[in-house]
Amino acid sequence: MTVVARRIASSIVMLFAVSVLSFGVLELAPGDFFIEMQIDAHVGSQTVEGLRTQYGLTQSPVVRYVQWLRSFVQGDLGFSLAHRAPVSTVIWTRAANTLLLTVPAMLVTWCLALPLGIWIARHRNRWVDRICGGVTSTLVALPDLLVALLLLLLALRTGLFPTGGMFSPDANELSVGSRLLDLGRHAFLPLCALIATTLPAVVRHVRASVIEAAEAPAVQAARAYGIARTRITSRYVLPLAANPLVSLAGLSIATLLSTSLLIEVVMSWPGLGPLLVEALLAKDVHVVLSASMLASALLVIGNLAADLALYAVDPRIRV
Amino acid sequence: MKRLGLIASVLASLHLLVLLAGFVAPYDPVEQTRTLPFAPPAHLHFVDSRGQFHLRPFVYALVPDSENFESYVEDTTQRFPVQFMVSGSAYNVLPGLESRLHLFGVHAPARVSLLGTDGLGRDVLSRLLHGGRMSIGAGLIATLCALLVGMGLGTLAGFFGGRVDAAVMRLADLFMAVPWLYLLFAVRAALPLHLDTRATFLLLVAVLGIVGWARPARMIRGIVLSARERTFVTAARGFGARAPYLLKRHIVPQTLGVVLTQAGLLVPQYILAEVTLSFLGLGVGEPTPSWGAMLGSLQQYSVLTSYWWMFTPAIALVAVAISYYALTSMVHERMRLAAS
Repeated sequence: MTVVARRIASSIVMLFAVSVLSFGVLELAPGDFFIEMQIDAHVGSQTVEGLRTQYGLTQSPVVRYVQWLRSFVQGDLGFSLAHRAPVSTVIWTRAANTLLLTVPAMLVTWCLALPLGIWIARHRNRWVDRICGGVTSTLVALPDLLVALLLLLLALRTGLFPTGGMFSPDANELSVGSRLLDLGRHAFLPLCALIATTLPAVVRHVRASVIEAAEAPAVQAARAYGIARTRITSRYVLPLAANPLVSLAGLSIATLLSTSLLIEVVMSWPGLGPLLVEALLAKDVHVVLSASMLASALLVIGNLAADLALYAVDPRIRV
Repeated sequence: MKRLGLIASVLASLHLLVLLAGFVAPYDPVEQTRTLPFAPPAHLHFVDSRGQFHLRPFVYALVPDSENFESYVEDTTQRFPVQFMVSGSAYNVLPGLESRLHLFGVHAPARVSLLGTDGLGRDVLSRLLHGGRMSIGAGLIATLCALLVGMGLGTLAGFFGGRVDAAVMRLADLFMAVPWLYLLFAVRAALPLHLDTRATFLLLVAVLGIVGWARPARMIRGIVLSARERTFVTAARGFGARAPYLLKRHIVPQTLGVVLTQAGLLVPQYILAEVTLSFLGLGVGEPTPSWGAMLGSLQQYSVLTSYWWMFTPAIALVAVAISYYALTSMVHERMRLAAS
């Protein structure tokens, strides 16, 4: 229990540090939302100064950070100047949409990667291994951007799947079942892109860890006893390979979140990605801050879950 | 051995092409020809309309098709032979050294756009070569930044240990706790939105370098940690060697292998990062070409589906990335063999 408590405490410290880092970085930025407004010639400098005082932008950074942190802890994420609404009303639906992509993508990736990696590891140095090795290393080198664009091109050319958005324009009139179906059809393309970009690296890692585990003395002994191959895989190899794989699962959340950001923008999925890009271009500080905090929180929670899972599956680290 | 040489020479020639962009590219990358938007890649002909064969390839001038909107037909009344070493638009070979010599070109009014033109009638090949200068240059310089910072802090942390180590590694954890694209965005947000090209480029490179120092620092720290416990280092210490000497003579040379392989992996990643930022409109902006900015036009569905030659920056990107990865894995393999 103390281990869990200690890990949670260090995660909170980490999130606090991330908030200082993000806030500091944004504070270095010359200009703010209202100064960007001056591109419009009708907005005079007096108006801008008035608005800046009204929204408290003239106070010192430390004061603003403390104010921001206090309200952030209470669940108030600040005010989006561009959307003219509290950040929380904007960001939660967007974050949910991002999770709607990343969680299924992660599940599917691992459900495919585990059996595939084990199968390739079993045919080590044979033609299956060579072909899969070539295919996965090519896919790893393909930029995520290109994969997303090519899938989008395919969808536009064939018309098999709708592109852009989450629902068809007439979705509000549909029944619940067909609305879900509509959502699924819209999510299919970004999901494919996410899986295609994350799967190859994961398969390669699974293969490598399984091969390493299969050479362990305990596994060789089990093989010498004549224990069935499937039992060796499930009872001996997988528990040994679990340690690096669970850590990898935690780490892969970071890549998944970054990739998802890009794919959402390319495929116009209304997640955190497009929101963040718009906020950046408008210098909408609170939105940028909340979005990067949220992403870091997701990452930290993912790593925490991975560590705790590791603690559960690997008795060696419990001592 | 042979394959290593082959890949190294492919990579070297790709870089040379991009370096000599001004000479190899037939046109100025920002010169617009508004009458020829999205012209397809030029056809090189050897046989003219009367069936006569010419050894020197030639092109025909393109004229808008009167029957089909937004398409072109070749005006076969006059041939325009492709000429080599021609005089054209001015460019800088080095800063301050101007030249007008181009590898190839045709006489006006015809244009030889081997990879077609973009929406403003700009030559895609010329933009590709000049854009490569931006993208590959950003990748190389950002790698240098990240490795310098990573090497400095990593060596410091590994060699001195204790509180220094703890402080540096917590900072590294912090930088790795934010997903890289979010971090890149946050740091990008700290820069002014509207800048001239050179300033944007330098700032972009600095941002990429700053964001990426943590991973190499962590790896180098690991190497340094084991290096400082090696017997010959302990021996040198016993003979009274001080930290600067130990670092220079014994510790840093041991990290060079890792630094080299890290560089080979980081360069394509940073090129990709530049491409991503510029694609989203947060990096190098118009009219300066970069691969990301060029790919940005594919965000319009009509461009994406109709003009395949707008994908050429992506193809160049993949070629560069795959050559870098292949070279790195081969060098890594050879170093492993040499070590054992």
